[in-house]
Amino acid sequence: MKRNAKWICALAGAALVVLMAATLAWSSSDGGEVAAQVAAATGNGSNLPWWAWPIILLFFCFVLGIIAVLAGVGGGVLFVPLVSGFFPFHLDFVRGAGLLVALAGALAAGPGLLRRNLASLRLALPVALIASSCAIVGAFLGLALPTNVVQLCLGGTIMFIAILLLTSKNVVRPVVTKQDALGLALGMNGAYTEASTGEVIEWKTHRTLPGLLLFIVIGVMAGMFGLGAGWANVPVLNLLMGAPLKVAVGTSKFLLSITDTSAAWVYLNKGCVIPLMAIPSIIGLMVGSFVGVRLLAKAKPKFIRYMVIGVLLFAGGKALLKGLGI
Amino acid sequence: MSTQNTAAPKEQLLYGTMLFYGCWSGLLIMVVTYLIYCFGILDPHVGMQDVTRLWSMPVGEYLSQGDVPVGWGWATLLNRGDFLNFIGIAFLAGLTIICYIPLIGAYFKKKDPIFAILAIAEIVVLSVAASGLVGSGGH
Repeated sequence: MKRNAKWICALAGAALVVLMAATLAWSSSDGGEVAAQVAAATGNGSNLPWWAWPIILLFFCFVLGIIAVLAGVGGGVLFVPLVSGFFPFHLDFVRGAGLLVALAGALAAGPGLLRRNLASLRLALPVALIASSCAIVGAFLGLALPTNVVQLCLGGTIMFIAILLLTSKNVVRPVVTKQDALGLALGMNGAYTEASTGEVIEWKTHRTLPGLLLFIVIGVMAGMFGLGAGWANVPVLNLLMGAPLKVAVGTSKFLLSITDTSAAWVYLNKGCVIPLMAIPSIIGLMVGSFVGVRLLAKAKPKFIRYMVIGVLLFAGGKALLKGLGI
Repeated sequence: MSTQNTAAPKEQLLYGTMLFYGCWSGLLIMVVTYLIYCFGILDPHVGMQDVTRLWSMPVGEYLSQGDVPVGWGWATLLNRGDFLNFIGIAFLAGLTIICYIPLIGAYFKKKDPIFAILAIAEIVVLSVAASGLVGSGGH
């Protein structure tokens, strides 16, 4: 069993490295950008036939979906920097597709989490209202700003996320001695059964107002960059507001279905969704996530997580360089 | 201290059930319409070669050169292979709004007006975003 787990991790890691190397080789010396510039100047399309791109995206996102689950990160946080860095699509369309990818993943995961009470409506509804409203603002901001500015901010954010993933230590069961008045008024408490032990875990929140205020920032960033924002939701819900880690992760995943809905509509209405690239991305990532969930039970994901952090640092650096015009 | 009930509340279970069937229906629609598009069963509005050229440009160029409508203009082009895909996309994007609606009645019934109002407010926010009323128009 242990040997199988190592093989699975090694295979998943190798698949990602091969895909990255292939796209990097194609876009070496900024081939991707050069191709885009040539296409813009001459009016000629890419060298590849049109049907090659959906197939490449499908497999790329399939592998991303597996990796994302094994590494415990959202699909959006991998999709946007990697696809914008290594494919010839403009950032406007990558963000539109990224939001739909994150949304579809959250919609698929939501039912199970809600049924098991690992996602709580009592925790999610107040937070979702703030985050989704601000995601609209973020979407408009992101589409109004020059692309190089967004690339710079995206690069910095992705590198910050990588460092956060590396350094943050989530608390499985934070100690909340007293619930604050706002949390109590909103009824932000509940209980769930820990599947591994059968223990009933009761929980309540504290520092509710600072948490709600932070979701303003989270919402704006989610809309601006087309990211899912799960990377920010979990630390705020868990470390700041004191929700148990499983409830924080479950509620965060469910929250994405609401936050990303508002931002996705803005991108959709602005014409930033191209079905030819968006749909294989969504399907690839979702199928990959299903496979990843099944592998997760058997695999040891620590190696994958560190590899993903490395990939995010690289992709973030690439976005920064793109934003600086280097 | 009394032990809380670990079972998910009824309104949460209803939300989950609606989400489950809605999500998979939306994905099925997307697969079917995408195959119709890729196999050329319906002609696209923006040709395949044009899409692969335009997707590397800012959205403004894509809209002007591809003669692509914004807002809900896609609904007038459902006889085109590419825009037929927006049915599934719009359905998935609108699913949350649909799932929120029963929450209003459920929370009022539980005499929890705060959460009923939160649900109404969320529907308003998402509907405004979906309508394209705010800041609609090309990039």
